[in-house]
Amino acid sequence: MLRFTVRRLLNMVLVMIALSVLTFVIFNVIPGGDPALRIAGRNANEVVREQVREDYGFNDPIYVQYAVMMQKTINGELISYSNQLNVREEIVRGIPVTLSLVAGAAVIWVFFGVLFGVLSAVYAGRLPDRLLNIVALVGISMPVFWVGLMLLYYLTFRVEAFPPGGYTGLTENPLDWAYHLILPWFALSILFIGFYSRLLRSNVLDVSNEDYIRTARSKGVSERRVLTRHTLRNALIPIVTLFGLDLGQVIGGGAILTESVFGLEGVGKYTADSIGSLDLPPILGVVLYGGFLIVLMNAIVDILYAYLDPRIRLNA
Amino acid sequence: MSDALLSVEDLRVRFRTEDGVVRAVDGVSFDLRAGEVLAIVGESGSGKSVTAQTIMGLTRSPNAEFEGRIAYGGIDLLSASDDELRDIRGEEISMIFQDPMTSLHPVYRVGWQIAEIVQAHHRVSRAEARERAIEMLRQVGIPQPERRVDNYPHEFSGGMRQRAMIAMALANSPRILIADEPTTALDVTIQAQIMQLLARLKDELDSAVILITHDLGIVAEVADRVLVMYAGMPVEVGSTDQVFYDPQHPYTWGLLGSIARVDQDLTERLPSIAGSPPSMLARPEGCPFRPRCPHELAHCLELPPLERRVDDQGHSDRCWLTPEQKRERRMVEGRIGLEAGVA
Repeated sequence: MLRFTVRRLLNMVLVMIALSVLTFVIFNVIPGGDPALRIAGRNANEVVREQVREDYGFNDPIYVQYAVMMQKTINGELISYSNQLNVREEIVRGIPVTLSLVAGAAVIWVFFGVLFGVLSAVYAGRLPDRLLNIVALVGISMPVFWVGLMLLYYLTFRVEAFPPGGYTGLTENPLDWAYHLILPWFALSILFIGFYSRLLRSNVLDVSNEDYIRTARSKGVSERRVLTRHTLRNALIPIVTLFGLDLGQVIGGGAILTESVFGLEGVGKYTADSIGSLDLPPILGVVLYGGFLIVLMNAIVDILYAYLDPRIRLNA
Repeated sequence: MSDALLSVEDLRVRFRTEDGVVRAVDGVSFDLRAGEVLAIVGESGSGKSVTAQTIMGLTRSPNAEFEGRIAYGGIDLLSASDDELRDIRGEEISMIFQDPMTSLHPVYRVGWQIAEIVQAHHRVSRAEARERAIEMLRQVGIPQPERRVDNYPHEFSGGMRQRAMIAMALANSPRILIADEPTTALDVTIQAQIMQLLARLKDELDSAVILITHDLGIVAEVADRVLVMYAGMPVEVGSTDQVFYDPQHPYTWGLLGSIARVDQDLTERLPSIAGSPPSMLARPEGCPFRPRCPHELAHCLELPPLERRVDDQGHSDRCWLTPEQKRERRMVEGRIGLEAGVA
């Protein structure tokens, strides 16, 4: 376990360095990436712009610029070029919103993903399976921004059943919190429900053909127990992996579209805004934050894996 | 037969597949008496495993069709409800499978898996079921069963896993044990140990055994009676002595002739039956062995019934040749075998 932890921590540092270098380099080579143009404002002349470049260190060699920026990142002093706000504070401010969105959505997508997947497998080839297959394909095919807009149009504009976006803190008013988040939860979940149910369906069918399931049946164990204790026990392992990685990605600011459509000021919305204004410091901050979460969730998934399957050892 | 524990009558199993209807079992009948070992032998695809799994109800599926009867304890296992079957499985009829590497659940401890079969049929506490698991592991010769009971299957060797499977199958002292090629996946030395173990436990528990195998050496050692299957149907049935010393069907001759012998000339190729088993989708007309049989007659286009053609009681076969013709034709170079020549 110690060896595993050390190895993973080292791994994490390497991933972070690679991510930061890549992000930094990309922003220095893409057209329109020059931040001095935006900092100096629309009416500035070349003299002012040159002054800005000098002040912000844009004229320094690129490796010096990188070192300075990483120094600021580590110290939490990274400041946005466009609104001059501290990046770390902005991310921390967005985390509760993003977590609220993800927590509810994750419960919904795991519940329905597993339910639909198991039903599809149990009724494989028959009507319920075919219907759920259509549901899953529709869910996978519908883009989140479109689903979100449709939900907003029909359920908040046409029928005023839900608030048009916005966010209330959980501690302020839990009911209002959930009321504001129901539509985003569903909008974010739909895609995952489709993926999870299809994956689980095929896993369950694969495991059903294993010799040890036939053994379980030959023991006189009830069909329900064969399904839950013997089949699902193994079929759910890949779902756990997928869930861990998806969770890391969405908490890490991956719910860009959902947060933007519903006006939730979370990490995803912050990511979207920063990319929109080609603002390097926040982008770098968000990339590192997301990368950290994904690497962390990867390690957690590996530990869970070893726990769920006794054949797997961590220090392999 | 009234004293039969299990009576299979004209069992037919068909599977509807994308390629057509597979007639996996086509008219199998046999009786199994208490304490008896019945061996079912035949090549891969001869329907022996399907027969065994059908007794347990393990072949039930939407695309399977069954005909005939499997009488056991006053009920017909073919038409029994799933609940009735479940009460019998693992309690009165148990099964062990060919591959112990894949037949145990990989993520549960061995003891848990043995305890589960006990708890599925008896109201016992977890501790009692665990005690039973330890007891069974001891009976099948696992050293340090108190410690091994908490191992996972991957911590067991192949032979130990098959012992664990046997421990599981026998945990409720079933009246019938179905062993589907229990030693095929194991080393030869382990094979002998496992067969000795099965023979000993069967005597202790007074269980009847259906042994499915293609290893005639094992059959000669442990079986009381033999059922030879070919293309889903029985072609010869009789006591082990009858089938080994007075084999009536040319397919049986071929099987017996292809056993490797210690005194064999090592430069010679092992004898084999020319050709391959027929497709279960389109079986040849008449006797299914006809295309591979060097003794084919015009009469063979008509399927011979399984009936007694020799004086010995209980010895039946499915070949038109007269007993005299058979006695003459089955001798190849001084021993029983099937002449080469047809493919």
